[in-house]
Amino acid sequence: MSAPLIDVDNLTIRFRTDEGLITAVENVSFDIAPGEVLGLVGESGSGKSVTAKSLMRLNSGNAEYDDTSRITLNVPGEPSLDVLSLKRERDMKPVRGGAISMIFQEPMASFAPAITIGDQMVEQLLLHTDMNKKRAKEISIEMLDRVGIKEPAKRFDQYAFEFSGGMRQRAMIAMALSTKPKLLIADEPTTALDVTIQAQIIDLMKDLVSEFGMGILFITHDLGVIAQTADRVAVMYLGRIMETGAVRDVIRRPAHPYTQGLINALPKLDDLDAPLTPIPGDIPSPLERPSGCVFHTRNPNHVPGSRYEREVPPMTEVSPGHFAALFPEDVPALQEPVR
Amino acid sequence: MSRPLIRIKDLSIHFPLGRRLIGQPPVLKAVDGINLDIPKGSFVGLVGESGSGKTTLGRAILRAAPITHGSITYDDGQRTFDVANIKPRDLKEYRRRAQLIFQDPYAALSPRMTVRDIIAEPLEVMGLTKSRAETDERVREIAGKCRLNLEHLRRYPHAFSGGQRQRISIARALVTGPKFVVADEAVAALDVSIQADILNLLKSLQRDLDLTFLFISHDLSVVAHVCDFVAVMYHGKMMEQAPTRQLFADPQHEYTKCLLSAIPSLDPDDRRPARIYNPEETA
Repeated sequence: MSAPLIDVDNLTIRFRTDEGLITAVENVSFDIAPGEVLGLVGESGSGKSVTAKSLMRLNSGNAEYDDTSRITLNVPGEPSLDVLSLKRERDMKPVRGGAISMIFQEPMASFAPAITIGDQMVEQLLLHTDMNKKRAKEISIEMLDRVGIKEPAKRFDQYAFEFSGGMRQRAMIAMALSTKPKLLIADEPTTALDVTIQAQIIDLMKDLVSEFGMGILFITHDLGVIAQTADRVAVMYLGRIMETGAVRDVIRRPAHPYTQGLINALPKLDDLDAPLTPIPGDIPSPLERPSGCVFHTRNPNHVPGSRYEREVPPMTEVSPGHFAALFPEDVPALQEPVR
Repeated sequence: MSRPLIRIKDLSIHFPLGRRLIGQPPVLKAVDGINLDIPKGSFVGLVGESGSGKTTLGRAILRAAPITHGSITYDDGQRTFDVANIKPRDLKEYRRRAQLIFQDPYAALSPRMTVRDIIAEPLEVMGLTKSRAETDERVREIAGKCRLNLEHLRRYPHAFSGGQRQRISIARALVTGPKFVVADEAVAALDVSIQADILNLLKSLQRDLDLTFLFISHDLSVVAHVCDFVAVMYHGKMMEQAPTRQLFADPQHEYTKCLLSAIPSLDPDDRRPARIYNPEETA
């Protein structure tokens, strides 16, 4: 088996703040193969965006990576790159728009308002490839056309404010893909969009994955979007992966009470009488991180005094390739499918 | 059949776009010829994409958007109001009876006021209580119904999570004892695990306090679960309105069908592309 495109091993990220050291991500491991879509799902404060940004070294200066954390980028035909050991800004060029591109949630905030969309697309092509300006313009217009923007040559000379929300997100995707990245990070790319536009963007991304064969890290809080796009999924809560596996296994037979809670809390269109079951309590503040299993304070099945209060449960295999953060004795009992 | 609490007839709200030296400027038809009845005690969903005019319609009912044409009538059995022509001296009384819950619980609460003061403010502004003791009594009562305890009342909003903040916003909206509440994307800013809690709270408050809700949302699955009647807007126009079950089981309008097909299914094997709405094709 060839090496995965990106291999994240034991990633732990803490932020130095006035209130002390805050753990945002703890012992997170995953990998993505070429042509594979990994969905990273979690609520606010789960550390999913911090995880994604660490792949491009975009976290702010007060971020501290643990000594045992490794992020390895393996571009076929090139030596593997230890992302966390990069020191100089110019060494980070391959992970910032070269081999890795990123699509952000807010397409309005992601484009410079006073520079045309075209100039921004050309600029990054000149930076990351050896194209000349004329070729970069041709490629950019071709990409705008490819993502379904009508009259791409005219749109090329327009500014972000002249684009609608959906069009801006399409332009963002065109820009991210024009450098032919090996890995695309999509951080809530459809959250700010209307549901009909979201469906179009999801369909577009699916087409592009099969055409370009790149790996995608798809970050969202929406399990429905994950079900529609991802091959595998990792569910995060308070900086830890609670469950990971093939998207069918995790959604149909969730083993972890947090994943089960998330699915039960979702309103479902095929059963309007099903009660909406919230996960009890609130997401704890990062300053009051629970000990042991970080979810035990909200787990409705939690038995007071159990080892989940003190010990961090290991990732235990539930079925082939499907893991949950549970002690082995709790795995078989949690096998029934939900809904 | 009894009369609806809110009756909207042929309502249009137009905003002029810029100015012209000669002639009339072009207008944006935010709301364009809408008819809608909101029966007493109902939980009516208003859905549509951004720019559909759903928020403008909700604001117009609360008399927070200018009405260009048509009428909105409020009738709770005790008082009636012709919302477009409401007299300034009646406005306070109307506001007591028709309230709004905001989308963003982080922006809606003043960081410099205690939770008690935030909830008490509408009572004080409207002069509805005679003494501080009476105000405190009302605040405690509604806070309890929104599952906030006495200790919460002494604290400031920054100490609360998104879900708790939304419970504070709800308590503030309900403290004056309104009959009608517009909830504009009231759960859109909340996490999934918290959203269900707030939806359940709104439903139980509706029963306990005999409230009528206009629930504005872009999220059709949420609307399907809490509303008993749904109205679908697109570009300022009403596309379809029907009881919830009927609308979701058998949508009539092509736009509604497209909207329903665009909801991402939780079934990984159901990856159909969404239908795309093209008004010219159906017209």
